[in-house]
Amino acid sequence: MRQLLSRTAGLSREDKGLLCGLPIFVLTVLAGWVVWRLTADLDSIEARLITAGNITQMTWDHVQIVVVSSVLVVGLAVPLGTLLTRPALRFFSPPVMAVANAGQAAPVIGVLVLLALIIGFGFGTAVLALSLYAFLPVLANTITGMRGVDQAVVEAARGMGMSSWQVLLRVELPMALPVIMTGVRTSLVLLVGAGAFATFIDAGGLGTLIQTGIIMFRYPILVSGAIFVALLALMVEWVGRILELFLKPKGLA
Amino acid sequence: MNQTTATAPDGSGAQLELVDVVKKYPGQSRPAVDGLSLTVPAGQTVMFVGPSGCGKTTSLKMINRLIEPTSGQILIDGEDITGQDATQLRRSIGYVIQGGGLLPHMSVAENIGLVPGLLGWDKARTKGRVEELLEMVGLDPAVYRDRFPRELSGGQQQRVGVARGLAADPPVILMDEPFGAVDPITRQRLQDELMSIQEELQKTIVCVTHDIDEAIKLGDQILILREGAEIAQYGAPEEILAAPADDFVADFIGSGSKLKQLSLLRVGDLPLSQPQTCRVGESVDEVVRRVEAAGERSVVILDAQNRPKEYLFLRSLKRHQTVPVFSHELQTVVDQRSTLSDALDAMLVSSHGGAMVTGGSRGDYLGVISYDTVTEHIRTLQTQTGQIRAVPSAGWEAS
Ligand SMILES: Nc1ncnc2c1ncn2[C@@H]1O[C@H](COP(=O)(O)OP(=O)(O)OP(=O)(O)O)[C@@H](O)[C@H]1O
Ligand SMILES: [Mg+2]
Repeated sequence: MRQLLSRTAGLSREDKGLLCGLPIFVLTVLAGWVVWRLTADLDSIEARLITAGNITQMTWDHVQIVVVSSVLVVGLAVPLGTLLTRPALRFFSPPVMAVANAGQAAPVIGVLVLLALIIGFGFGTAVLALSLYAFLPVLANTITGMRGVDQAVVEAARGMGMSSWQVLLRVELPMALPVIMTGVRTSLVLLVGAGAFATFIDAGGLGTLIQTGIIMFRYPILVSGAIFVALLALMVEWVGRILELFLKPKGLA
Repeated sequence: MNQTTATAPDGSGAQLELVDVVKKYPGQSRPAVDGLSLTVPAGQTVMFVGPSGCGKTTSLKMINRLIEPTSGQILIDGEDITGQDATQLRRSIGYVIQGGGLLPHMSVAENIGLVPGLLGWDKARTKGRVEELLEMVGLDPAVYRDRFPRELSGGQQQRVGVARGLAADPPVILMDEPFGAVDPITRQRLQDELMSIQEELQKTIVCVTHDIDEAIKLGDQILILREGAEIAQYGAPEEILAAPADDFVADFIGSGSKLKQLSLLRVGDLPLSQPQTCRVGESVDEVVRRVEAAGERSVVILDAQNRPKEYLFLRSLKRHQTVPVFSHELQTVVDQRSTLSDALDAMLVSSHGGAMVTGGSRGDYLGVISYDTVTEHIRTLQTQTGQIRAVPSAGWEAS
């Protein structure tokens, strides 16, 4: 906790506000929803679907999809972005960026269904489709971040006798990290939102509530699903910010 | 591992030789460096000067192979380095750049300990070395060790940059406009520090600069280059000032070259006068009697360690019973290695027309250099036009 405090010391007031405000807001909305659930007059279908157990299960499925997809995205987009900033491969970066742009521009639901038809329904397909969708921000920010590293510093590091790998791992990546992390946060939030579509291909998640609500004309179910997706997105954003705070090298302003 | 060139056993400089080195950048019609050949004797400081774009930086970076030569040989202690593993090579060559070039996400200690770390020194040894170097460049380790570069002033960053270049005790050190980014006063101080460090360590230093005065002050040799890194003149500062090879060189060193010789001469080169001295704690009556008997009106006050504390008129001293302790910072003291230009600055603030001179690492008092001595010397310089050889200077001339 003390480390957290020392890390927050350099933040702007706005950032500090978000850091404290987000969890408070999420808890408040959650409490409001609980009060509503305990007092509202629900019919049997609604009462059967909107239970703590159900929602916990769906949230858990949703989180799994998001976590696995984001690990996949970060694990692929950061190395790829890094490769594309190496002098020898730099010329590859426009076409790859174009593909990544297309990946994000294509409607996620379309990609999801198309992939499901080709490789089958379920968790794996959902993760794959969502990863394609959320790939761009991490890739683009990795490239921007790496390009933004002061070349004089890189050259100084080489001049000290660091190998290319050492320069990459100990200088370039740490210095590009703040920009990369911003991309990761954006991707995480995109993933939570798009994760709601996973239910269409039997991969579960909070989207199930929304879809059921629509099909059965049950607004309480629909709205509950939407609220939980939104809350999850906010929490993920918050976790991303905390991660950013801890991963960011200390000496950077 | 190919580390034959790494450290000379005694830790001092190595001979550096460039043989017909060429660098042609892709798409360039004329090479940036067109057949540069040069020998730098071990332990000497060579200053590269020349107009912008003449190839100074390119030449320098070929020595640590940040830029690969198109052709030619570069030898350190007789060994061609152009075929060696570049990464290993760089660990054995110090590199100092403008502004320090510190890694912003690493602390001062991590920056300085970088090369020792790469060379696999153990933690304790690196830590000891970092402390030693911070002391050497005049930064208190307890205060600065854990700071990050952005928490330092420009001058402090540059000091850390110099310390980092020295960290693994490399025989050859390359500097590219090391003091180009700091204000003139800080620059002068950093130059003085570098000179005293160099006097002790006797490294082979290649230093690029824009500032001809800096070149004259720091260099054992000056290399004046023109377009394409063609040598216009290579020689000791006094040779170049006394006999510029051609108009290009004469233009480059500028019209004030007679006065520039003041930056060439060290205070220790001129005779010092020896006014009366006294010790802190002596009886004032006795001191006054002694000084007046010698026919003088002022006295230099020394402390128990023989360091000058004040240069005072007797009438000011007479206000006291015994010679008091003075603790203020004196502006009228110069080191015997200081240049005459520096000494003149100090004299300007003295009411005695002279500056106190100290020597050695503890700042022992040696005497007083008077304004008259300096002006007398300038007059001699002006009369013997073009004939000037530097008086053998104390300690600075490389051995
Ligand atoms: N990477 C490069 N690619 C192509 N040309 C270059 C490159 N680096 C330098 N040059 C050219 O080579 C010449 C020498 O450049 P260099 O940097 O060595 O000059 P310099 O003497 O250090 O100049 P300055 O005093 O301005 O720093 C210049 O004409 C420059 O434009
Ligand atoms: Mg240059």
